Amino acid sequence: MSSDSNGKKVADFDVTDEFSSGAINKKAVLTLTNITKTFPAVVALSNVNLSIYSGEVHALMGENGAGKSTLMKVLAGTHQPNEGDIHLEGEKVVMASPLAAKLKGVVLVHQELSLAPDLSVAENIFLGSLPTKLFGRVDWDKLFEDTDHILTRLKCNFKSKTLVGKLPIAKKQMVEIARALVFTPKVVVFDEPTASLSDTEKVVLFDVINELRNQDVAIVYISHRMDEIFHLSDRVSVLRDGEYRDTLFTADTNEDQVTQLMIGRSLDNKAGQEKCETGETRLEVKNLTIPSLFEDISFKLRAGEVVGMYGLIGAGRTEIAETLFGLREASSGDILLNGEKVEISAPQDAIAKGLALVPENRKEQGLVLGMNCKDNTTMPQLSNVSSLLGWLDSKQELEIYNKYEKMLEIKTPHWSQKVGNLSGGNQQKIVIGKWLSTNPQVLILDEPTRGIDVGSKAEIHRLIRELAKSGYAVLVISSEMPEVIGVSDRVIALYDGRITAEFDGATLTEDQLVQAITA
Amino acid sequence: MVKRILLVQPIWLFVIACFVVFSISAEHFFDADNFRNILMQASTIGLIALGMTFVMINGNIDLSVGSVVALSASLAVGLQDSIGVPAAVICALASGVLLGVFNGVITWKTGVDAFIVTLGAMIGIRGLVFLYTQEQSFYASDFAYSDFGFSTVFTIPTLAIIFIVCAIVMHFVLNQTVHGRNTYAVGGNREAAVNAGIRVGPHMVYNFMIVGFFAALAGVTLSTQMGASTPNLGRDFELWTITAVVLGGTRLTGGAGNIIGTVGGVIAISILRNGMNLLQVPSFYVLVIMGSILITVLYIDKRLTTTGKLELQL
Repeated sequence: MSSDSNGKKVADFDVTDEFSSGAINKKAVLTLTNITKTFPAVVALSNVNLSIYSGEVHALMGENGAGKSTLMKVLAGTHQPNEGDIHLEGEKVVMASPLAAKLKGVVLVHQELSLAPDLSVAENIFLGSLPTKLFGRVDWDKLFEDTDHILTRLKCNFKSKTLVGKLPIAKKQMVEIARALVFTPKVVVFDEPTASLSDTEKVVLFDVINELRNQDVAIVYISHRMDEIFHLSDRVSVLRDGEYRDTLFTADTNEDQVTQLMIGRSLDNKAGQEKCETGETRLEVKNLTIPSLFEDISFKLRAGEVVGMYGLIGAGRTEIAETLFGLREASSGDILLNGEKVEISAPQDAIAKGLALVPENRKEQGLVLGMNCKDNTTMPQLSNVSSLLGWLDSKQELEIYNKYEKMLEIKTPHWSQKVGNLSGGNQQKIVIGKWLSTNPQVLILDEPTRGIDVGSKAEIHRLIRELAKSGYAVLVISSEMPEVIGVSDRVIALYDGRITAEFDGATLTEDQLVQAITA
Repeated sequence: MVKRILLVQPIWLFVIACFVVFSISAEHFFDADNFRNILMQASTIGLIALGMTFVMINGNIDLSVGSVVALSASLAVGLQDSIGVPAAVICALASGVLLGVFNGVITWKTGVDAFIVTLGAMIGIRGLVFLYTQEQSFYASDFAYSDFGFSTVFTIPTLAIIFIVCAIVMHFVLNQTVHGRNTYAVGGNREAAVNAGIRVGPHMVYNFMIVGFFAALAGVTLSTQMGASTPNLGRDFELWTITAVVLGGTRLTGGAGNIIGTVGGVIAISILRNGMNLLQVPSFYVLVIMGSILITVLYIDKRLTTTGKLELQL
């Protein structure tokens, strides 16, 4: 959408809460009044008000833990509010369950995929409301026909009979979105729908959203990504600490204002790109290849510099990192550390040689959520904090943990807190602290700020710069263009498993990068 | 405060409650001899449960322990005439450790779930026991062997002391050593453990060796109590052991649990059996009651510990 059309839309809006003027008289299809939701010991939402108009994309923003997801779960019937009312098309409704909400026309597209991997695409899309014929038998013909119809609408190129488990993650996300189209929805809530989509799939999704908007469906769009919000939405509502802050017209506001509302202070966005002295080459990769994943990857990483690696999902970024760390075996090519050729066949080799990898999914790959902060931090180097017989020295462990808690400003009540209870930003800091504590020479960060709110994001970016400054060689893999450009001294662009270009971070523009990753 | 205790070790409160109830209602319950009896009965399942706790925190399970008990008992009794008691006992214990290696390596290398691997082992090892014993019971000719089972040290049964010492050692292994810490890490998140450079495969094998050793040790101690071994020894032991461990708060999915809880679970089962026996509750009812208690205790535990707010309503 161009800014022009945005401008026109806003001309239709009135500053008051009603759309009184304009050609299309928009009315609030959904109003939430004074919603309060408390969980034992936590007030998740307190007196939140929100009205959503049909035919608008309403962005909902807030830091992690601000209550966005809880509010949407209240709306979609997963949670019941302690206080407050929901009005749908002027009538007071009670969303007793997700199915009840769906039948009323309110659909939530989940952030975490909730699909059954061993069922077909069609069965997943119609789960809970499979078409039936006599004696409750499933009407397979109708099922597949209806599904094909939806899939065409979404421009999906997979079949309705494919098992969902066999689809790549981005396509699973499309299946999740397809579910919203089963009913004739009045309100569709998208909770971070683009987290795992490639740029092309994003375009399709945005088309679908625009199409829904044109059909007068109200859309609530939750995302951390400012560019998407400003590209897509008509209005933005902001929550902070479970409280409603404000609703703004997207065209009348800017990133700074929204950020300020979200975190209650303004944010210094630049990671502070002062060049630091780059030292000798720490890591050199020569012609690294795993057929069908990536080919002929060569690059150098010096002490004191941050190298960004950017490419679409499936371009081989994560796979390269995993190979360097010994989780995959390269079929050819060399890895040189400090000029010496090394064999890395397992993570423990990589750790011993001074490599560290902060993985893509901190919850699945980085942390043991049920263990406490200290134990997670010392996990890769227990042999260093124990005697010969394997007896742990908890004093020494605590020293290590305290050092990194202080250095990374990890916010937790106590070291014995389970990391599952920490916020996303603090969890990520624990993972980073864990790897820094092994004293690596080369630090690889895969998607260091995925699913982290804006405030902590800037903090982590600053941290990455500081780490480089203090002599680490840092490789940052990211699918967020501003992040890669903002934080890196050099950027390597990947396309389909090959390095297509290398840029100087200071002069790189987004256009150049887009060109490089699309062949 | 009460809730905190409940959260940490709910099973011990249950143990205390049972203790009080039976002390009041059963005439011969509150008696030093009876306490010795309870401890001794607890020691067999208890020893196995120590090892099972490790395997279960690790995210695995071992169903073959009952069969290992029978094999080890048969070897310990059957071999002692030919090679002497110490050597026979060593053979018995070694058999348990070796079968642990077998279970562990198969689970590690094939990637088949431990439940299936050890289910197969449970059936197969029982077969080996029948092959070896020819369906015969063995009797210990050396009376010193069967006397050991009833010996005491400072009036406490030796078998109970073995159990308590092992429990203390395993408690510290679980809490204070690298191996123990890794047990939690692997069970809590296997992928994160791999990423942290933990050798997950061999680590799991060690834990199967530990449970194999304890099952074999339980087989030996049981045969000293009986002065004999039968090929059907140890039937259902895997179920009682898992019951005790789960009652003690170890999660079936791995990642959480501890030895103190497990000991509580073992004692709880022992006290219940003993108390109801003294009250002359018919043994079939005892089974019904035990089953009900297992479900009830776990239900209460779930209500207390889950962050219930985020749970889905089924």
